Amino acid sequence: MSLTQGMAAKKLLGYYQNKADQDARDAKARGELVCWSASVAPSEFCVTMGIAMIYPETHAAGIGARKGAIDMLDVATRKGYNIDCCSYGRVNMGYMECLKEAAITGRKPEVLVNSPAADVPLPDLVITCNNICNTLLKWYENLAAELDIPCIVIDVPFNHTMPIPEYAKAYIADQFRNAISQLEVICGRPFDWKKFKEVKDQTQRSVYHWNRIADMAKYKPSPLNGFDLFNYMALIVACRSLDYAEITFKAFADELEANLKAGVYAFKGAEKTRFQWEGIAVWPHLGHTFKTTKNLGAIMTGTAYPDLWNLEYDANDESLHSMAEAYTKIYINTCLSNKVDVLLKIMEKGQIDGTIYHLNRSCKLMSFLNVETAEIIKGVNGKPYVSFDGDQTDPNVFSPAQYETRVQALVEMMEANLAAE
Amino acid sequence: MYTMGIDVGSASSKVVILKDGKDVVASEVVQVGTGSTGPKKAIEAAFEASGLKQEDIAFTVATGYGRFSLEADKQFSEISCHAKGIFFLVPTARTIIDIGGQDAKAIRLDNKGGIKQFFMNDKCAAGTGRFIEVMARVLETTLDEMATLDELATETAPISSTCTVFAESEVISQLSKGTSRNNIAKGVHMSVASRACGLAYRGGLEHDVVFTGGVAKNAGVVRAVSSVLKTDVIVAPNPQTTGALGAALFAYEAANKK
Repeated sequence: MSLTQGMAAKKLLGYYQNKADQDARDAKARGELVCWSASVAPSEFCVTMGIAMIYPETHAAGIGARKGAIDMLDVATRKGYNIDCCSYGRVNMGYMECLKEAAITGRKPEVLVNSPAADVPLPDLVITCNNICNTLLKWYENLAAELDIPCIVIDVPFNHTMPIPEYAKAYIADQFRNAISQLEVICGRPFDWKKFKEVKDQTQRSVYHWNRIADMAKYKPSPLNGFDLFNYMALIVACRSLDYAEITFKAFADELEANLKAGVYAFKGAEKTRFQWEGIAVWPHLGHTFKTTKNLGAIMTGTAYPDLWNLEYDANDESLHSMAEAYTKIYINTCLSNKVDVLLKIMEKGQIDGTIYHLNRSCKLMSFLNVETAEIIKGVNGKPYVSFDGDQTDPNVFSPAQYETRVQALVEMMEANLAAE
Repeated sequence: MYTMGIDVGSASSKVVILKDGKDVVASEVVQVGTGSTGPKKAIEAAFEASGLKQEDIAFTVATGYGRFSLEADKQFSEISCHAKGIFFLVPTARTIIDIGGQDAKAIRLDNKGGIKQFFMNDKCAAGTGRFIEVMARVLETTLDEMATLDELATETAPISSTCTVFAESEVISQLSKGTSRNNIAKGVHMSVASRACGLAYRGGLEHDVVFTGGVAKNAGVVRAVSSVLKTDVIVAPNPQTTGALGAALFAYEAANKK
C-alpha cells in the first residue's frame, strides 16, 4: 500500500513539498545533477533528463512565509544587492551565498543554521526564462557566474499583440530544442524523446487537476478559499512534471467537489462579498492578508497569479509549437489589452464584486501595469477596486494597517453596491 | 437618540456625538492619536460637553487607524466615514481631498454620497500632515505658525524631493543659502498639495471639491491645493472631525436597524 494512500490533500501537499526537496538532496548525494529553475521555465526538459529540480522563487516564497526572509535579505544587502532588486532574487542570492560559504568552509554560517529555509542543495546548472520577467535573466546569470556553472536561457519574447503569431511559436520551439541540445552536452547523453512525451503527458495531467481546483471558485458560495491556491501552487511550480502535483491536486479537487455536493463552503455561511486578487501573494504576511478579508466576509474567488501555471498544450505535438504557445501566452507576457481580457474573464467566472491590486515593489512587470489595468476594468464592469503597497518577500515594504484600511473600504464599497442592486 | 463616532487617527483623536442623526451635540479633538490616552480623553471631553453618559449612547462606530483598539459596536474605514461626513455637511461634494497625519486620500462621490472611487498615498509620509510637521521642526516653528509664514511669502521656494527625509535636507540647504522661512513654508505646502492633488486627479476632478482632514485647518495648504487644482475648494466645517461625524452617522443608521 502506498505511503500516501488515503492522505488528505493538505497532508499530501506537505509530504510532496518535502519529498521534492529530499529528492534533490538525494540526487546531490549520489553525485547527480541538480538544477535551479525559474518558475515558469519549462520543467519538462530537466525532468526528462532525470535532473532534480529546485525552484528558487518558490523556495524564497517559503522562506518569506516562514518569517525567515529578513536574514537572507540582510546577507544579500551585505553582498551589495540593492533593495530595489526583486526580493525573491535577493532572498535567493542570500541563501546561495550561505550555501556557498558552507561548501567552501565546510561549516554552515550561523544565519543558515537558524534559518527556517527548506534545506536544498546548490545547483549544478540553472535554467531561466523571461516569460514572466527579465530580472530572472540577470539573477540566474549571476547565480551561474557566482557558482561557475552552466546557465541555460530560454528566450520567450513579450507578446505586444495577440493572438500569438506562428513565427513566435516557431522561434520559441527552437529555443526549446536549443535548451535540449545544451542539456545533452551537460549530461553527456542523448535526450530521450519517448520519455519526454511521458513527461509532457504527466505535466498535462497535473495542469488538468490544477485547473479543476481553480474552477471550484465559480460556485456561489464558493467551496474554494482562493488563498488556498497560494498554498498549493508550490507544487504546480515545483512538481508539475511529476505525479506529486497530480496526486495532490486530484485529492484536493475531489475534496472540494465532495464539499460542494455536501453544501460545505469555504466560509461556511459567512461569505458576503467576493473579490479578485491581482498580483503575487505577500508571503511574509499571507495570514494577515487572508484573515483581514475573511473577517470582513470577503472571499477570494479569482486570481490570475496561480493561473500562470495553466499550461495546457497538446502533448502529442512534436513541433513543440503548442507547448511554446502555452509558455508564452501567460498573461503577464502579453499586452495590456490581453491582460485586461484575462482578468475580466476571471472576474466574470468568479462572480466577483471587486478587486485588490497588490502594487508589489519587487515585481515591476506585474505592478506597473496595474494602475492602468484597474482603470480600464472598472470602466468596463464598474466594479470597485483598491490597491495597496507591498512586496512578495520583503516584509518591510508592507504596512498591515494600511492594508486593513484599504481592504475594509473596498468591502464597504462592494457591500454598498450589492445593497443597491 | 444619541450616537457616537470616534475617529482615532495617527496624530489625533476625534469624537462626535449626534442627536437623532442630525444635530451635533459634541465635537471634540485631542491632539494625540492611536496608542495614547487620546481616545479616552476625547470621549470624556465629548461627554462633558454634551452632559451625556455612556449609557445614553445607542450605538458607537469607530474609525481611523486605531478603530480596532477600542470598544465600539462597529468599525468602519475612514474612507467611508469621511465620505459620509462630508456629504452630510456639503451635499454638493463630488471630490474630497483628505489630508491627515499620515494619510492623504482623494475620494470621488456620486450624487447620492456613494463612493465611486478612492485613492490613497502609498507607504510614504510625503503629502501628509507628518511631512509638514517634520518641516516645521526644521524651520523652528509650530504647525499653527506655518500658515502665517506662508501668508508672508513673496515667492515659493521649490521643494523638489517627495521623500520626507530628502526634503528635510533640501529645506536645511535652502535655509543655509538664506532663503526666507516664509518662502520655504510656502514651498512645503505646495509640495504637500501637489502630492495630494495628484491623487485627486487620478480619480478625475469633479466639482464641488471639498478639502478636509486636520491639514485643511492650515490656510497655507488650502491656498496651495486651490492653486494646484486651479479651482476653488470648499474647506469642510471642522475639518478634523468629519471622519468622526461620518462614524456617528453610520452609528445612527445602525442603531435604527437594530
